[in-house]
Amino acid sequence: MMLIHCPHCGPRAQEEFTYERTRDSVVQLDQAPDVAMAALYSRTNPRGEENEIWRHTLGCRGWLELRRDRMSHAIVAVRPLGVQVLP
Amino acid sequence: MNGETVQFTFDGKRYTARAGQTLAAALLDNGVAVVARSFKYHRPRGIMAAGVEEPSALVTVGEGGRAEPNTRATDVFVYQGLVARSQNAWPSLAFDVGAVNGLVARLIPSGFYYKTFFGPPKRWMVYERFIRKAAGLGPAPQQADPDAFDHRAAFCDLLVVGAGPAGLAAALGAVQARQRVVLVEQDRLAGGALLREDLRIDGAAGAEWAQDAVARIVAGGGRVLLRATATGYWDGNLVSVVERLAEPGQAPSRADAPVQRLWKVRAGRVILATGAIERPLAFGGNDRPGVMLAQAVRHYVRRHGVVPGRRAVVATSNDDGYRTAFALADAGAQVVAVLDSRAAPAGPLAEQARARFAVLADARPIDTRVRGKRLCAVIAQVGGSEQRFAADLLAMSGGFTPVAHLHKQAGGDLAWDAATQAFVPGAARQAQASIGAAAGGHDLAAILAQGWQAGGGDARMFAVDDPLGMGTPAEAATVPDTIRGKAFVDFQNDVSLGDIDLAWREGYRSVEHLKRYTTLGMGTDQGKTGNMAALGRLAQAQGVDIPQAGLTTFRPPYTPTTLGVFAGAAVRDHAGPVRKLRLHAEHDRQGAAWQPVGYWFRPRSYPQVGESLGEASLREARMVRQSAGIVDVSTLATFEVAGPDAAALLEMACATAIGRLAVGRGRYTVMLREDGMVMDDGTAWRLDEQRYLLTSSTGGADRMAQHLSWLRNVMAPQLKASVVNVQEHYGAVALAGPRAAAVLAGLTGAAAPAHMHCAQGQIAGIDVLLLAASYSGERAFEVYAPGHHMPALWQALHRAVVAAGGGAYGLDAMDHLRVEKGHVVIGAEVDGRVTAADIGLGGMLRKQGGFVGWQALQRPVLATAAGRRHLVGLTVLDGQALPEGAMLVLREGEEPLGHVTTAAPRVAGEGWIGLALLTDGASRHGQELLAWSATRGATVRVRVGDPVFYDRQGARYRD
Repeated sequence: MMLIHCPHCGPRAQEEFTYERTRDSVVQLDQAPDVAMAALYSRTNPRGEENEIWRHTLGCRGWLELRRDRMSHAIVAVRPLGVQVLP
Repeated sequence: MNGETVQFTFDGKRYTARAGQTLAAALLDNGVAVVARSFKYHRPRGIMAAGVEEPSALVTVGEGGRAEPNTRATDVFVYQGLVARSQNAWPSLAFDVGAVNGLVARLIPSGFYYKTFFGPPKRWMVYERFIRKAAGLGPAPQQADPDAFDHRAAFCDLLVVGAGPAGLAAALGAVQARQRVVLVEQDRLAGGALLREDLRIDGAAGAEWAQDAVARIVAGGGRVLLRATATGYWDGNLVSVVERLAEPGQAPSRADAPVQRLWKVRAGRVILATGAIERPLAFGGNDRPGVMLAQAVRHYVRRHGVVPGRRAVVATSNDDGYRTAFALADAGAQVVAVLDSRAAPAGPLAEQARARFAVLADARPIDTRVRGKRLCAVIAQVGGSEQRFAADLLAMSGGFTPVAHLHKQAGGDLAWDAATQAFVPGAARQAQASIGAAAGGHDLAAILAQGWQAGGGDARMFAVDDPLGMGTPAEAATVPDTIRGKAFVDFQNDVSLGDIDLAWREGYRSVEHLKRYTTLGMGTDQGKTGNMAALGRLAQAQGVDIPQAGLTTFRPPYTPTTLGVFAGAAVRDHAGPVRKLRLHAEHDRQGAAWQPVGYWFRPRSYPQVGESLGEASLREARMVRQSAGIVDVSTLATFEVAGPDAAALLEMACATAIGRLAVGRGRYTVMLREDGMVMDDGTAWRLDEQRYLLTSSTGGADRMAQHLSWLRNVMAPQLKASVVNVQEHYGAVALAGPRAAAVLAGLTGAAAPAHMHCAQGQIAGIDVLLLAASYSGERAFEVYAPGHHMPALWQALHRAVVAAGGGAYGLDAMDHLRVEKGHVVIGAEVDGRVTAADIGLGGMLRKQGGFVGWQALQRPVLATAAGRRHLVGLTVLDGQALPEGAMLVLREGEEPLGHVTTAAPRVAGEGWIGLALLTDGASRHGQELLAWSATRGATVRVRVGDPVFYDRQGARYRD
């Protein structure tokens, strides 16, 4: 089970987190329908590093963007997403 | 071992064991040779090994809900009152009818079931009954498990798996280096190999040295878990460890004490000192009771004081077998011969052996004979000739397989060691190291030094006094050229060398295919003893080395694990949270029949004396149509969305127009998923210039909270809007019926808000929010108040509504009312496969888009409604009740055109109606169909029509 360093909470076990999707499959509502559908359904599946969106569901409930190696499961970087209330 | 004795039974017969013995040792001690029947051929089997790798001696231990089937007799320590039973034998172990399978073994080759039992699915159901009966695993207990299980987390600098000499030395070294250490050992004693060897370390006998080492590790701050198996090695150096606090089938020490504990150990570093498992030799009849692994024999002699035979033959491919010959002879057994498959065995061990026994070079067993069911003779090939040895014990050693399971699970590579014909741990991926026999080591002094250093200790030496010496690295046996009879490699699944050959001839080349075709390595032992011999045979057939033939995957758990330990304490009342309404006590007082809805408990109806649930719901529903009723709707998801961009955020989630909503007005709305299908529905209310209230379904509450958070934080962090989940803050009661407006006006002293308007008010001194929305089809209001005011509010509403000739109603009545009105419910009509257009709401969507799901709705396949399933109403024509879930067909047995999503009795009228999703339903109004439920054995004639049965114009909503 991966250890994910939540920028708000510190290192926590993977079971506290929920995987959402890859960053490049986030569809903006002003994108053309065919572009949006391609992003949703015709995804890349790189062998190696990828940006992913996770949520610390059973922790601070914050949204995170991880850069993660999908072969070794190594987490290269974590940054918080969304509204940052505290500096 | 002390002199204490305990009583146990095996197949109903009473026996005595010495405390500290395993069940296997106790059975051997009592002369019980046959303990099991094999999986497929029902061959008599005895005890082959001494540890968790035992493939054959599977028994059921314990009784009732505490029974643990498929327990290895070698992995349970005898306790007072232990009850063990044999498996897979009928009527008895001595005379098993299934053994006829062995006589016709030629007719049931590998892949037998695949080749024989084909045909239509109906026929398979007949076969399955017999196959299940013939399959050789113990039945799962029927009763609930009475025992408690527990979870714990641990953190340490170093986790050491295995408390043999290597693991103990590593833990000692780490303690000296002031590290936090956890040492886990699956046995109940530390020592590993030291428990079966006659040697001294630092002046103490091996077993005592191990005891002392544990004491020193604990004194140094380390944690030592005995009877604790590392079952899995996961990412991030997390190792799962299952600790047994009671033996299989044994009651816990205290009534509520856990019998097993699952540890999740997060370690800075992991040292794997998991030892090696001895390989059996492949020869005809190598599964007979009395044929055992050589190290296991030594283990029983030295640790348990049990000599498993009086006349023994030792067959070996390596020096280690000689140690067993010495142990047997020292214990008083006669060693008839040592068969060494090597051409010229040399070295000190072989020299010493020649002085005491007949040592035969280039010699290997090829067949066995039995008297009764037990071994009586060994046929051996010695050079070019055959010899027969009378013997009741054959101790075999075919080399060793390092236990690399955890190393592989952690993502490590394996390297091939040609000298020992074994895979040893190669490059590691996580912070892990393998030491000792698990890394291919064989010399005790070297292993101790390696462990100490790996643990982090400074320079030191252990004084080892091993008169026999460690010998040469263990050479593995080669696969024999000629086989007589059945030479088993996987004893548990009855897979022989012949089966491997057959699979090869039938074209199975990949080791993974071989595994699935022959069931090799698929049992509870996962091929711990036999897999390497099978791989060797496959490689031989392919004409390649074993590494090129490949290897199957090592999957957790390392040994079979009780399901209860995964659940831990999360069972019975702790399986999920119980969510009670603020008004739970009020409902209870009024005699509510409870209905679990997710984690919630909600009133289903309030039956009066002598009334059935169905009668109660219909009475309540009619009461709402005629006068007024109140229902608790506090479980609805409720969000407050506020800020200058609140409307913009809501318009992302909601597919209907929100921006144009005036203050004090509300609207029904739907939320879509990104694939365009309806996710949820609810209402949006503009409470203030920049403040909205959004409600949605109870069942979708968590999903909607997640969805809104996603939109707010990931999709549109630039928006100035806050989303607060206020469901726990508020309670809500819906008041509905033709007299509802009058009741409300009487309570608030003000005119009730018009339909789809909202207003503030006061009831019984409580500030309330009034939302005029209807789900029942009658004039209705949702009354919101802070949760702690709910009992007082409910009582005031209830008094007023009773005075108006009404009362409380429950979920079922609410359902009857909404079906008659054609309102959809999330989870029934909205099943994740319908668009807003399918359920008649297409016209509500904003044409210009800008909401989640709009882009997907532009796909050409959704451009036309033709061919899609539409929401329709069904009226039953033949007076029967309509079965929910029934298929809609033209004739029974035909391809379904749709299905009944909800059924309900008519409230305003008689008979049954329903809602359904029906292919091209919009153009089928007036058509007669059958609602056919094969599972309920019901067929009902229905007519398709509009889904709205009651007040189609919506006149009753308005004053």
